[in-house]
Formats: sequence, structure tokens, C-alpha cells
Amino acid sequence: MSALEPVIGVEIHVQLRTRTKMFCGCELSFGDPPNTHTCPVCLAHPGVLPVTNREAVRLALEIGLALGCEIAPRSIFHRKNYFYPDLPKAYQISQYDVPLCGRGRFTAVAEDGREIPVGITRVHLEEDAAKLMHLGGSGRRAGAERSAVDFNRGGTPLVEIVTEPDLTSAADVAVFLRQLRQTLLFLGVSDCNMEEGSMRADANVSVRPAGSTALGTKTELKNMNSFRFLERGITAEVERQRATIAAGGRVVQETVHFEPETGEIHPLRSKEEAHDYRYLPEPDLVPVAPDPAWVDGLRAGLPELPQALRARWVGEMGLSHEDADVLTESPELAAYFAAVAAEADPKAAANWVRGELRAQLRERGEEPWQGNVTPARLAALLGLLADGTLSVPGAKEALAEVIATGEEPAAVVARRGLGQISDEGELTALVDRLLAEHAAQADQLRSGKDKVLGFFVGQAMKATQGRADPGAVSRLVRERALGG
Amino acid sequence: MVGLSAEAQIAALRAGEVSSADLVEEQLARAADDPWGSFLRLDADGARARARAIDAAPERPPLAGIPIAVKDVLSTRDIETTCGSRILEGFRPVYTATSVARLEAAGAVVIGKTNMDEFAMGSSTENSAYQLTRNPWDADRVPGGSSGGSAACVAARQAPWSLGSDTGGSIRQPAALCGIVGMKPTYGAVSRYGLIAFASSLDQIGPFARTVRDAALLLSHLVGRDPLDSTSLEWPEPVRVPTAERLDGLRVGLVQELMGEGTEPGVREAVERAMGVVEDLGGTVVPISLPSSEQGLATYYVIAPAECSANLARFDGIRYGARVAAETLLEHYEGTRGALFGPEVKRRIMLGTFALASGYYDQYYGRAQRVRTLIVRDFREAFAQVDLVASPTSPTVAFRLGERTDDPYQMYLADICTIPVSLAGLPALSIPCGLADGLPVGLQLAGPAFSENRLLDAAHALEQAIGFDTLPPGVEG
Repeated sequence: MSALEPVIGVEIHVQLRTRTKMFCGCELSFGDPPNTHTCPVCLAHPGVLPVTNREAVRLALEIGLALGCEIAPRSIFHRKNYFYPDLPKAYQISQYDVPLCGRGRFTAVAEDGREIPVGITRVHLEEDAAKLMHLGGSGRRAGAERSAVDFNRGGTPLVEIVTEPDLTSAADVAVFLRQLRQTLLFLGVSDCNMEEGSMRADANVSVRPAGSTALGTKTELKNMNSFRFLERGITAEVERQRATIAAGGRVVQETVHFEPETGEIHPLRSKEEAHDYRYLPEPDLVPVAPDPAWVDGLRAGLPELPQALRARWVGEMGLSHEDADVLTESPELAAYFAAVAAEADPKAAANWVRGELRAQLRERGEEPWQGNVTPARLAALLGLLADGTLSVPGAKEALAEVIATGEEPAAVVARRGLGQISDEGELTALVDRLLAEHAAQADQLRSGKDKVLGFFVGQAMKATQGRADPGAVSRLVRERALGG
Repeated sequence: MVGLSAEAQIAALRAGEVSSADLVEEQLARAADDPWGSFLRLDADGARARARAIDAAPERPPLAGIPIAVKDVLSTRDIETTCGSRILEGFRPVYTATSVARLEAAGAVVIGKTNMDEFAMGSSTENSAYQLTRNPWDADRVPGGSSGGSAACVAARQAPWSLGSDTGGSIRQPAALCGIVGMKPTYGAVSRYGLIAFASSLDQIGPFARTVRDAALLLSHLVGRDPLDSTSLEWPEPVRVPTAERLDGLRVGLVQELMGEGTEPGVREAVERAMGVVEDLGGTVVPISLPSSEQGLATYYVIAPAECSANLARFDGIRYGARVAAETLLEHYEGTRGALFGPEVKRRIMLGTFALASGYYDQYYGRAQRVRTLIVRDFREAFAQVDLVASPTSPTVAFRLGERTDDPYQMYLADICTIPVSLAGLPALSIPCGLADGLPVGLQLAGPAFSENRLLDAAHALEQAIGFDTLPPGVEG
């Protein structure tokens, strides 16, 4: 049997960062006491009517434009009907056959520079459901003593992004989603916080014989709250489908749930899935017909997006794809890096921002753009490193001081005497002393064991608290032990 | 004072002949004595308090101190609002509908909520879960519906005017059967915010009154854009209280399809006499055809139930209203909705659910929407030839209580004249144009969108010339 390759499409729900809800004036909130951000409209009291939030339309348009989508001159809302206590109207106002944004494309780039082109099917606006809380028992619905509804979240503006089934591995899905998330963060349209549910992803998974173009029966992997779980879930589901087919069975179209604790896939009960949403054009709302001049203005006002930044940094600065990817993780980090790289060697800047700086700040719970290490200070520090004033250990120590005090790196170096020792006479005296103190190792060196060189450099660094110029020490050890 | 038109009551108040408190007291007394079953409840204490406040206030807004009755389909803050349904029994809204709020801002005093067919579904008010309403012209007959209480209370002088809602004829048809004036404005004229939805793309709020001038005055305070209703419209010109006495140059098209065998002879005759009056006043009458309107009823009974099946889904007994205790969620939904919706509401929810079901959408809802556009086109073509179209408002005079309750189709036929206008979103009104077998006959006039002033002018001139006495026999004037 030929190998079965996965075919994956994703649907991503993103809560928009508007001030108010999609169809009423209630403010958005997270973590406020339950049912404190509600009104007759979002509680679906008799007689109320929705009014479309223009700001939500703007943010959705920006997403569509960033994903290269066609913008519909006139899109409409539909009612998606189903009964559930988290849906007070018993229908969700969503978009159906005429979404705000149509076909587009997003090309993710893997760490090795391989392009992952993904067709965007549509981007549409809708409202979020309220939040059910199951009280008593395990906190899940099964076994709960009672269930309560918090309507604070109900009516939050959502954008749903649907892709074509263009992805062929769980790893690519993870890269795509991470980079899509970065783009959304750069647009400033959403917090994209998966744990808090402001970004959620479902995956449609099927398998087919390699080389085939027909699509197999798909299953829907629902509501994963982290990229890692989603990746693991897709891997598990692909394996399950392969095993099913290998055993002579058939994949059934259904919704499945991935249990992160056990790594198992469970189908959701099909009875719950027997929905006929009975889509109906929403008669309470007028069509969304964005003024073309407005759309053009939004397009012109889009920020430089992470893909463009990454391509530029790889091309112009010679960064690796991996560096570029990490440094565009958030708009704040990218801006920080760009500011450092403008004043220092970009590769060194990339290494230090990704590595030492974030490592040191992590202990303090700070991000690079928040604390004392302004881009100018980091660039100055990297300058001291580049011109030999600081050794690497010295630079790390100086960085710690800058983080703690906010002093300029040059001042820290002067105050703490962190400058690198390159004085030939001082280093010669030190090397002579070390050769005498460690006669056995000196003999080994003389007998040709070059490895011992490292031992002496280490001793020299230890003796100078890391300030000795390691290149000079290495040269002097050879000269004094062998050539002397 | 209760026999006076609203306009006359306003004049009496302005002249200091009566206080608002006295006026409200008189109307409350008449409303409390309610052999017709017009009212589901009165807000006597609230009305008295508002009337006293208005009497004490230095400012006199235009409708200051004038009583009004409101159909129970409109949300009124702190006043129980049931929509004629058990499922909302005991429900006290937290907000007031824009339409009612606008009238209150103009000084009107709401005295009570009127009976109606449950969720405005019906043509006789017999679908109210609470009580029957009787026609003031004949207590054995229906007042029409669904706004039967709002029509009966105006005919019976329990209120000078009232608010109703019209989806397929629910203002015009009861106005016709009760011998008063009722108007459905252009779709979008009056904010629907606070109108408990039956079929959102058709529902409109409008006035009942005993004179065309009163209806115009009330409407003038209702129209206009409301930021809370996206479908409400900026109004092009103020609604004027009409003064026209002549119809010179007015071209009226008499709808042939509605003057045939389905219409009672007495009704036809009264309408034809009214057409004679149009010509007497200088207008011309021409026969016109609205061919697609014959599909109006079928179209309506797909679109309205489809929308209602979604609109009424929120009544699940979870957040408000009545509920039936249950063990599981499904039992809760089925128990509450099964027990607390009446049979006609359930029938229409099921019709609509079916019409929207996957695989049937295009065959039913999609096709109905296409027919709807044909009906719109019919009217547009008609208005290329005539200024207004005329027809009976109802093919029959008021029928007997119970006569049609076992035959939904016969009941649906009561709206055959009014539904096409609703589907086209046009303004229309009904004025009494005579009696047939001692019962009032309504004349429906409809015009193009935003032609309210033209309609009101024509209706006023006709009303004056016809001279119909709106006082039912046996009702104290």
C-alpha cells in the first residue's frame, strides 16, 4: 500500500481587540466578575436588535488585507441557529455565503527557509458565545452538579479565518499558526492568547495516498488551546486514520477531541453533532458595504508585517530563518531588535537579544522592551564587545549591571573595572605564574598535548574574573611554554 | 372626554378645560370596565403618577398628558410584557421600546397593555394565551388581529389612540374590522427596537386612531432613524397632520385581484362606493393588476415562519420568563417550549424550521424571496400608472368568535389583502368606508415607500367625505 499523506486545513477563531462587543455597547473584559458586562442586547431580551460594531469591521478588514484577501464590496450576516445555554438568542450572528473577505494567501516559512504556502478560503466576522461554567464534580459537564453561564464573553467580536486544505504535516500547521499569530499581533487586532481563548484553532484532517489529488474523508479536531496540543493532536489523528485504513476500515466524518493527558483521540458523540444550522440571512442588520476609499486607506496604513520583516532581515542582514522567526515573535520584540540592529552588528544583536538578554530578563519576568536595557544601551554594550574592550563574560556581567541599575554600559565597565585585560606585560606575568604553578600540565603541553591549552586559558580567566583576553592568553601560553 | 379624538383632548388640555390627571382617570375608568377584553393589564398607578407629573411640569410637550394604549408586543420597562404568551408570563422588561419612549418623551401617558394573538401570530386575537377580545360592534365577533386589543380599545373609547404592530396586516385588518383608522408605515419608518420580533423583515409599528388626523399626529412622533435599529430610516420629510379636502388629480388604482369572488359582496360594494367618492372629490379610479400578489399568502407563510423560527428560539426559559422544571437540558427546552407556546406559534415555528432545513432552503425560503421581489416589481409598475392603490383591507367583515379557529388556512385568508403590501415594505392604511350587514368595512390605501403624507392626505379627504360614524352601537360616546 502506498504511504498515506496528511491533508490539513485549519479554522482559526480570533477575538478582536475592540472596546465594545460585536453588536452592543458592552465593554469587553477578561477576568471580571461574571455577568457584569451585559445588556438587554447581549442577553437577548425580547425586542432587542443588534447593531454592527464598525471597529470590528475595520479590524477584520485589516486581517483580510494582511492576508491578501479579496474584500467583498457588500457582505451580509446570517443567523446560525442552534440551542445551547451559552447562546442566548439561540442563533449566532455569523457570515455564511457572502463573507467580508474572500480568497487570499499566506506563506509561512519553516526554520530551514522552506516556504509553506497556504490558501486562505475566507475571513468572516461573527460573535462569540458566552462561557459555561460547570460547578461541582470535576469541573467538566459530565458529573457537574450544576452549570452556570457567564455572559461577559457573549457577543465578543470574533474573526474566523478558514484555510484551504493545503497543509501536509502537523509541524507545518504549527509553523503556519505561529506565523499567522505573529501577523495578527503585528496588526494589533487581537491579544491572540490561546490559554485565555482569544485565539482558538480547529483542524480538518484527512489522509490520502501520496500523489493523489482526491481528498479523503475528514475529521474535525476541535478547540485546541495550544499550538503544541494541536500539533500533537493532529499527529495522533493522522496516525489513527492511517491505522483505521490499514486495518481495512473507513474514516467516518466526525468531530474528534484530543486528550492531551493520555494522547488519545475520542470522537464526540454524534448526537451532539447532528446540527442543521438552518442558516438565515439576518434581517435585523443591513449589509456591510465598506467604502472603497476606507479600504484603500486601511491597506495603505498596514504596518510592515513579520513575513516582510523576516525576508528583509534574512536577505539584508544575513540572519538565519530561525533567528528571524524568533525575533518577529511579537511586534515589540521585532521593534526592539530592529533598533539594536540599526546601531550594532545585526548578527551579534540577534544572538544577544534572543540569547543572553532574554535569559537574564526572564529571571526578572521582564521583556527586552520593558526594562533598563534600551536598544541604545544594548548596542553600546555590543560595541564594547566588538572593539575588544569587553570579553564575552565581561559583557554578560556588564549586561547584568545595566539591567539592575540602568547605567550606561561604558560607565558600568569603568566603575566595575570590567574592561578586558590585553596588556602584554600583565598577561605575560600571569601566564608565567600559571605555567609555574601547573608544571605537570605545562609538561603535557610541551609534549604536544594541545588540549591543555584550554586548561591554561580557563585558569587565566578564573584568575582575572574573566577579564583576560582569551586570544592573547592562548598565544602567550604557547610562546612562553614552547618557544621561550 | 373619552369620546373625543386625541386632537380634541389635546385642545381641551391646552385650553385648561381638563387636567391630564382627570383625562387619564376617565380613560382608566373606561379601560377598567372592559367587557371587550381589550386590555391584558392596566398601569393605573404609573399612568396617574405620570399624569400628575405632567400637570405639574411647566413645559408642555406636544402630546402632554394624552393617554395611549400599547400592544403587549412592545417592551415597557417594569410593566409586565407577555406578547400574549404564557412563556413570558410575569416578565418585566428592563427597558422601554424606542417607539414608546419617543411617545413618552412627547408627553403621552401609557395606560395599559393590550391583548393580542400570541407573538402577533393570528388574525382574530383568539391566539392570545390569556383572553378573548370581542369586537365592540358585535360582542360575538372577533376584533381582528393580531393587534385586536389595540383596535378594540380605540373603537370602544377606552383610549383615544393606541400602538399596534403589523407584520402581514395586524394593524390594518383589526382597524378595518373595528371601524377605525390603522396605519402600517414604510418598513424602516419606525424603530423596531423593543418590538418583540415575529418576522423581522416585515414587522412595523404603527398607530390606531379614530381619525386620520390623529393617526398622522401619532405617526409624526414615531418616525425617524434610531441608532439602536440598523434597519430604521432617516425620514425625508416630517409627517404632516392632513388637511386635504379634495383629491384633484389623484390617480387611484383598484386592485382587481382583490375585488373578486374571495371578497364578500358587502365589502366589495362598500369599496366601490368609496371609489365613487374618490371620483366625486376630483380623483380618477383605474383598475390595476398585481399579478404576483396571488402568491403573496404562500410567500408570506414561508418567510414569516422562517424568521419567527429563529426569532422565537430565544424563549428557552433560561434567562427570563416562565419555565417548566426538567432534569436534562433537552427536557428543559422541550418541556418549556412545548408547554408554554400555543398551537399556532408552534405550528409556525415548525413551518419555518422546515422551510430553512438543509436541502430545502432554496426550494422554500429562497423561492419565497424571489417571489417577494416579483411582488415588489408589481407594485413599482403599478405606481408608474397610479399614485395610490386601493383594495378592501379584509375580504370579509368581522367573523364570529371560534368560526375559523379550527381551520388555519381560513384564518390566514383574512390577511390576503394586506400581505402583499407588507412583503413590498410599503406604507398602507385602512379607513372605515361603510357598513356591510351592520359591520364596518375597511378600505386599504397603499402608496410607494415614504408616501405617508400623500396617503394621509387622501385618507383624510375620503374620511371627511364618507362621514363614517366610528361609534359602535351600544358603546357610550
